[in-house]
Amino acid sequence: MAEGGQDLSPAPQAGAAARHGGAGTVPALLARAVPWLFVAAFLAFVAAFMLAPMVTVLVQAVWGDHGPTLAYVRQLGEYRYATAFANSLILSAAAAAVGVVGGGLLAYALLRPGAPGWLRSAMTSFSAVAANFAGVPLAFAFISTLGTLGLLTAQLKRLGIDIYGLGFSLYSLGGLTLTYAYFQVPLMLIIITPALRGLRAEWRDAAENLGATVWQYWWRVGLPVLWPSLLAAFVLLFGNAFSAYATPYALTAGNIQLVPTEISNVLSGNVMESPQLGAALAAGMIVVMTAVLLVYWLAARKAARWRR
Amino acid sequence: MSARLGPVAVLAIVLGIVFFLTPLIVTFAFSLWEGGDRYGFAAYRSLVGDPDLWASLLLSLRLAAETMLLGMVLLVPSMIFVHLKAPGLKPLFEFIAALPFVVPAIALVAGLSALYTGPAWLIGTPNYLVIPYFFLALPYAYRAIDVGLSAIDVRTLTDAAHSLGAGWGQVFRLVLLPNLSTALLGATLLTLTIVMGEFTFASVLLFKTFAVYINDTGSSKVTEAAALSLLSFVITWAAMLGVLLTGRNTTDLGGTH
Amino acid sequence: MAVVALQAIRKSFGGRPVLAGIDIALAQGELVSLLGPSGCGKTTLLRILAGFERPDAGTVRLDGRDITALAANRRNMGMVFQSYSLFPNLDATDNVRFGPRVRGVPRAEQSRRAEHLLELVGLGGHRHKFPHQLSGGQQQRVALARALAVQPDVLLLDEPLSALDAKVRAQLRSEIRRIQRETGVTTVFVTHDQEEALSISDRVAVMNEGRMLQVASPAAIYREPADAFVARFIGAGAVLSGRADGPAVRVGAVALPAAAAAGHPAGTAVELFLRPEHVRLDPAATPPSGALAAEIRELTFFGSLTRVRLALDGIADSEAWADVASDRADGFQPGLRVWASWDAAAPRVLARV
Repeated sequence: MAEGGQDLSPAPQAGAAARHGGAGTVPALLARAVPWLFVAAFLAFVAAFMLAPMVTVLVQAVWGDHGPTLAYVRQLGEYRYATAFANSLILSAAAAAVGVVGGGLLAYALLRPGAPGWLRSAMTSFSAVAANFAGVPLAFAFISTLGTLGLLTAQLKRLGIDIYGLGFSLYSLGGLTLTYAYFQVPLMLIIITPALRGLRAEWRDAAENLGATVWQYWWRVGLPVLWPSLLAAFVLLFGNAFSAYATPYALTAGNIQLVPTEISNVLSGNVMESPQLGAALAAGMIVVMTAVLLVYWLAARKAARWRR
Repeated sequence: MSARLGPVAVLAIVLGIVFFLTPLIVTFAFSLWEGGDRYGFAAYRSLVGDPDLWASLLLSLRLAAETMLLGMVLLVPSMIFVHLKAPGLKPLFEFIAALPFVVPAIALVAGLSALYTGPAWLIGTPNYLVIPYFFLALPYAYRAIDVGLSAIDVRTLTDAAHSLGAGWGQVFRLVLLPNLSTALLGATLLTLTIVMGEFTFASVLLFKTFAVYINDTGSSKVTEAAALSLLSFVITWAAMLGVLLTGRNTTDLGGTH
Repeated sequence: MAVVALQAIRKSFGGRPVLAGIDIALAQGELVSLLGPSGCGKTTLLRILAGFERPDAGTVRLDGRDITALAANRRNMGMVFQSYSLFPNLDATDNVRFGPRVRGVPRAEQSRRAEHLLELVGLGGHRHKFPHQLSGGQQQRVALARALAVQPDVLLLDEPLSALDAKVRAQLRSEIRRIQRETGVTTVFVTHDQEEALSISDRVAVMNEGRMLQVASPAAIYREPADAFVARFIGAGAVLSGRADGPAVRVGAVALPAAAAAGHPAGTAVELFLRPEHVRLDPAATPPSGALAAEIRELTFFGSLTRVRLALDGIADSEAWADVASDRADGFQPGLRVWASWDAAAPRVLARV
């Protein structure tokens, strides 16, 4: 923080000069320019290291050694990459669905009047941690627990339940979904709690008073009021799962093709493909994430309408 | 309690607790495994003696500090100026804050490596990571600071300070930063959490940060990996606890994956 | 015959008694207010009537039928809540149709009722507005129409006006009364505002600390409070503690004329209640017969009336009030010596507990 102040130290001197020297002098102009220099520096930084790489990826995806081409985009249709996109979409949808249902029910349960307050606050702070606990450590925690050599796997086997024999594998899309649930459920809990709190007790009482059953209340009032928030939460969770890289990398070591791991394979030269293919894959991700963000914005705007 | 909660709610809470606690408890037990039926702290002892752990941990901490510093210089002043002088630019800033969501880490690293192949002083040292880390943390830091700015009347405070004779530097140092300290601390701790857990950039750009160290260790020594996972969880916990204690409803605790 | 009867209702929350044996019955078409300070149990009583709470003991009867155990959604009662109870995802018409709809009333009939009721509450022009497009007063009108759409046996109003500003409140209050008369629906109106209760009701039930203190017409509640709490809670006036002494209440050396004191054995501890409108003030030098010496302490201007606070001579810390027509209060000012008198039949005298 002190550095922030020191970096600005020319400003007060310039300001003082301006007061003594009157407007229009060189120091006064300088003083007025300083704020804009900060804004300009930020925008330049964004342009150089965020926008430029993004544009590079988008251009590279359609630009070959001999001018514009759709060859790399078409290459995404090849079995390997089509599978990666399909896997990524299925995994993200499944992980988002698990998060929405699990986190939604958990948030609902914790907001019931009968739920103890200490449990509610403990769960909320735990969720803040778990929603940010992902990547390599999460993968290893699940490997230690449910991997082929995991402690829980071994204990269950001792009890006569061979989960791998029953078809479960941590290193499959199902296993990934389960692992993702560890950060998706808490994230859902955090983002849906305000919307659930927005459901007023009066609506429930009024519906009951007018003769509605619990289901009629949820069907005609509760869910219609909640659905924009639920949709917004779903797409946010979808995007969160879609862009996850470290968790699947550490967990599957490339056994399952996903878009992020395929990009890293191209980048690190694990597969003999041109960098343009990596760009095409990345461009595909950007397109998906843009769509996700648009849906999120529309849904969030609709959700805000009830909260006036 | 259960009678008033209803069976669905009780089931949801019980399943939730089991699901959240099982991996932590089992991972802890696993980290104590010394082969066969022997349990102890061998994994932890071997980790403490590994200089690579300390080097990677220090590197990650240093990068986190540098990222925070960059945020303080690049993000905080321009956000305050936009808030004060150019509210018309706010939609642009909102858009920029959403960009890291649209361009996932792995896509950004693809773009960065395609675009920048030099100079060596920039891309050859781990400090290069500070650039992508800044963008990783941007949405969360932006949200935290934006909430902080909306909570205080920046314009009146600034006008009052100016009328009392303060220059911009003094306004920042004596008025705005102290009043924004909660928001800034929240943004700082979120940045710390994000940088300490970040794997994508470091792994692709081949720098040995804490998360990369965990991955490298895990491929050969499983119990050490379990111990490191718990250590990482504790670090996240400590930072988030800090955010919750200082920020109290003022920061967005989103995930970062 | 009583349409609704609550008999010996008891309820406690976490060991704390909220209702301690409540009995009340409503006749067909009657509007009864439950009036009391917050926390007196009036809302709990209403929620028991609606079926949201189950009483620990006692019976709720509707047309003689015991409905104590009947779920809220099986009772035929329409309720209007304090505020924000409209379903935000439905427009005015669909809010009103909600009740008939979940009860399987045919569509055409649903629409007919919605149209008729929105007209009745004066919102014929706002049928397709959503709650967030309506003002607070309009929202409560829709809520009233919605409650009436199920053609309820009893209409329950839970402080429906408390979230509105003063002008809208007075206007909607008289409209509720008009609509209630037109529809002839038996109504329970919960409020903590005595003016509201006195102006709207056939009968007022005053509650305090979980007990029903008095159920009577508004005029009777005001003129003949049955209980010291009721006398204090309703309207303004002086409360003076003393001992009955023939047709007077003696406070120290001062005898306050009060015919009703004769009904109490001489020497018993009593309280005397004196309304401001009964007290006459006379600044003349010679006392009218039976008048007490007093000093003006404070004047409060209410437009047509000016309320005068007095200290009665010989009674330490005594406070009494007199209402004076403002055009006759010109010479009055704090410190002025006056004579205060009243008709001996006017004060209410109640045994002190």
